[in-house]
Amino acid sequence: MLDLLAQTGLNAVYAASYISLIAVGLVLIFGVMGVINFAHGELYMAGAYSVVLFYSDFELPFMIAVAAGLLFVGCLGLLMERTLFRPLKDNPLGGLVASIGFLMIMQALASMGFGVRMEHIPPVTQHVIEFSERVRLPMARLFVIIAAVVLLSALWIFLKKTRFGWALRAAAQDPEAAALQGISINQTARIAMFIGAGLAGIAGALTAPLVSVNPHMGHSVIVTAFIVIIVGGVGSLEGAVIASVVYAIVHTFVTTFFDGVIADITGLSLMLLVLIVKPTGLFGSADRA
Amino acid sequence: MRNFLIFLAGAAALLALPHGLSFSQQEILVFLTINILLVSSYRLLTLTGEWSLGHVVIMGVGAYASALLSKKLGVYVPVSILLGGIISALLAVVLSFPLFRMKGFYFLIGSFAAGEIIRLLWKRFRDPFGGAKGIKGIDPMPDFSIGIYDFDFFEPVSYYYLSVVVVAACLWILWRIERSPVGLTFHAVHWQDKLAEASGVNLRAYRTLAFSIASGFAGISGGLLAHYIGTINPNSFDVEVMVFVLTWAIVGGTSTFYGPILGCIVLTVLNEIVLRELGFEQMRPLIYGAIMILSILFMPKGLESVVQKIFSRRAKP
Repeated sequence: MLDLLAQTGLNAVYAASYISLIAVGLVLIFGVMGVINFAHGELYMAGAYSVVLFYSDFELPFMIAVAAGLLFVGCLGLLMERTLFRPLKDNPLGGLVASIGFLMIMQALASMGFGVRMEHIPPVTQHVIEFSERVRLPMARLFVIIAAVVLLSALWIFLKKTRFGWALRAAAQDPEAAALQGISINQTARIAMFIGAGLAGIAGALTAPLVSVNPHMGHSVIVTAFIVIIVGGVGSLEGAVIASVVYAIVHTFVTTFFDGVIADITGLSLMLLVLIVKPTGLFGSADRA
Repeated sequence: MRNFLIFLAGAAALLALPHGLSFSQQEILVFLTINILLVSSYRLLTLTGEWSLGHVVIMGVGAYASALLSKKLGVYVPVSILLGGIISALLAVVLSFPLFRMKGFYFLIGSFAAGEIIRLLWKRFRDPFGGAKGIKGIDPMPDFSIGIYDFDFFEPVSYYYLSVVVVAACLWILWRIERSPVGLTFHAVHWQDKLAEASGVNLRAYRTLAFSIASGFAGISGGLLAHYIGTINPNSFDVEVMVFVLTWAIVGGTSTFYGPILGCIVLTVLNEIVLRELGFEQMRPLIYGAIMILSILFMPKGLESVVQKIFSRRAKP
């Protein structure tokens, strides 16, 4: 029993790492751009497919494939900012619809380029850390956990300690006042989109060998990310990380002890409960809605 | 007299429409007719300023209710469709208690969550909802004859005539509701909520009313769909279908009654007939997505604004 609890706890830590990478990116984009990026799951998928392309097809080293994924998806984010979100700045529903359109294009491109079937990716490492006979953590999962901790700490330092970070947070709080202080709103929007999309891309790239890569893999991810950002409070980065941990623990334990569908229902009910009791989320403030 | 002639010509056109089409196009025509009711009912909800992502699941509630009522309890099919609509409306009243504590973006996400929970419950409970495989062998509409025409509801043409009559009746009711004082209050709830509240309008009650009426008609459209295709499962009502409804409404525009209907017709014809016939089968989602983006970028007020421009230009000189 203790073994089972420990193993489920490890699974929860792994799930929390990649969920928080995705959710933080989504929150960052919402905070600065004011739009909900429905295509965020497809950015995650694009990251996974760049590993398919560079690592299993071109046989480049895994780390180079991950870096390529980060760059490629970050540039996709820049493309979305320039062509969709900037022209639709005053039209929040428009941004939503445009991102849904982008999502359909991405899915179609992925299934045209790679086929709709699941991709097989050769494992990066077979190494498994064994804590005891029934508690084990594959190396590949440890990579994801380490990457999440390192990247999110780096992001935190960037936002709190550098001038760019200050500008970004100012633009998120009050775009007009920030512009009057000489902060370029378009510049901060570009940075936020690049980081937000890049985080989703790197999450997709790192988890690609561990999950089934297919053109529709973004769907379950975006639902999870929505639950997390609502529970954490829309626009709160710390909230998104904490909510990712809470959601991952609840979801993993319910999946282990009941089944996956019950776990999904529990997660959605959790979100609905938070929306009813405190619509701004556990850590959100009311000013941005 | 002139209106009567237009009405007669319209009825004749609707009557003649399916006969020039192939079998698969006739089937699409049936779906299109049902979807017109779905998207028009959705517009009634958007009148109060709320955009839901759970509308298609509510349609599914009507479909499941009607299918189960006719299959398990042997309710006569047209009655079961009506009951399905009523059940959807009642469920909407229940859902309104948690959901209308939220507004705008939060309502959008909240309605999505509520819809997904309902859908997952269908998936989880094999009895009575049939699990992931759904319900099969739903009783078809009973055949009948009106003397000059025998209705055989396995034929798309017959089912098209039936659904045109039902949908036209429902649209007429929706139109009357919008023109009534209640409908005008819906507009007020959207555009002047503070003023409306100050003059004694119970905002919450009117939002709930709009939500339940819209859900009721969505339920009827679900019943129509279920008894035509004969099999429904949780994936028939997933968020991808909802995205289509949202696009029809936004591409068409929601400030006029005909806007969403126009959007539904144009996009369905484009998607199902033009792109399929031209052989772009695999690229269809890509082109569809591109059309969504282009129309929101260059036509933010929808197709209806184009129609209005054409007519106002013709009236001026």
